[in-house]
Amino acid sequence: MKPAPFEYAGPRELDEALDLLAEHGDDARVLAGGQSLVRLMNARQVSPAVVVDINRVPGLDTLGLFGDNGSSTLRLGATVRQRTSELSDEVAAHAPLLAEAGAQVAHAPVRARGTVVGSVAFADPSAELPAALLALDGLVKVRSRAAERTVAADDFFTGPFRTSLAPDEMVVAVDVPVATGRTGSAFVELTRRHGDLPVCGAAAVVGVGDDGRVSHVRVALCGADERPVRVPAVEAAVLGADDPAAFTEAAAVAADGTSPIPSCHGSADFRRHLARVLTARALRTAFARATSPKETTDA
Amino acid sequence: MPDKVRVRITVNGARHDLLVEPRTLLADLLRGDLALAGTHLGCEQGVCGACTVIVDDVATRSCLVFAAQLDGSSVRTVESLAAADGTLHPVQRAFTQEHGLQCGFCTPGMLMAACELLERVPEPGREDIEESMGGNLCRCTGYQNIVRSVNAAGRLMADRTSSEQSGVRA
Repeated sequence: MKPAPFEYAGPRELDEALDLLAEHGDDARVLAGGQSLVRLMNARQVSPAVVVDINRVPGLDTLGLFGDNGSSTLRLGATVRQRTSELSDEVAAHAPLLAEAGAQVAHAPVRARGTVVGSVAFADPSAELPAALLALDGLVKVRSRAAERTVAADDFFTGPFRTSLAPDEMVVAVDVPVATGRTGSAFVELTRRHGDLPVCGAAAVVGVGDDGRVSHVRVALCGADERPVRVPAVEAAVLGADDPAAFTEAAAVAADGTSPIPSCHGSADFRRHLARVLTARALRTAFARATSPKETTDA
Repeated sequence: MPDKVRVRITVNGARHDLLVEPRTLLADLLRGDLALAGTHLGCEQGVCGACTVIVDDVATRSCLVFAAQLDGSSVRTVESLAAADGTLHPVQRAFTQEHGLQCGFCTPGMLMAACELLERVPEPGREDIEESMGGNLCRCTGYQNIVRSVNAAGRLMADRTSSEQSGVRA
């Protein structure tokens, strides 16, 4: 199969790209890494009239720290490749969850072109990076010709492959607050084969106070619902814990109230089971990393 | 039909200045416009790795990139490996010696993925090889011989480099 004909636009300024989106709306698609879009176009599952290639827009390849004191937030622009993020010292130091989740996306040649922001904007409910962004309390920076807005990751994902993005808008970057204090994170997933999308995955960020107890925690899942979701019931149950056994107990409610999409890769029940097991693993590993930096794998 | 797009692209060292339909995939540009049919198309959805080529020194799925995106880029395909006199590249020799190919359909992608790895990591460990080749499917040989081939290719290339450095011809 080959893509249906389309007009190709390679704007060299952001405003030019936004003009095209304003003009064409739903008939236009933004092309960054293309590792999802071109696949869908090859299969004619999507046939946009206009493809807006943003790879020549200057400034969108930003990867670095900014904010209060110049270093409170890590920003990844819309054309930052997954491979670049995965291998970046700054990502490793300030948002290691993003690196760990990113390394589990597809295969190296796909990650070499695919972008972090593209995966977020595509909003596959099974994909790793949207769940990682949720667990990191990330922000999605959105631009249109008319306005600029910032959407919390919690509010960005609205359904399978659905986001709160309007047709004339594009994501220009994602921001994540940098890890501070005694914080550990972990991303664990189950895939049918190496490089496949996970059947289910769990992301956890755990902060530990001076008393050795969990002082803040965020847990997010992919493949467990119609969109990447946080699991506040688990987070509430884990706060104040100081014993890894408590995480397994807390993870028992990880699938409560979720609506997993069943497929040949896993029934809804199997996905609920995985959500519980993987949540416990992610929490234990994240806690171990927060309390003892040398501890890196699940006990 | 939509306007054609101008693409100035270097393929295996040769410069081309082309007008292409926007929907032309790199794989189709190579196979159709440039008659370089060594690059094979398997799944056309980025899963099988058969169409892997090297774009600006990075292993890339040529089925998931439009030629229009590559104005100014440099591409290497499997046709770039053997010398003009037919002498095989060390990676090709290693695949032959270690029985890394059978029907050969997946081999162009395997070779290019292996080349990119060996350019980045001259002496890769088993983990590096599995990581880099893990996205290339083979339906004939199984993967042990392929991993062995990449390993052997690394050694052949290291030998060549050291003999070049010492001024001795291999």
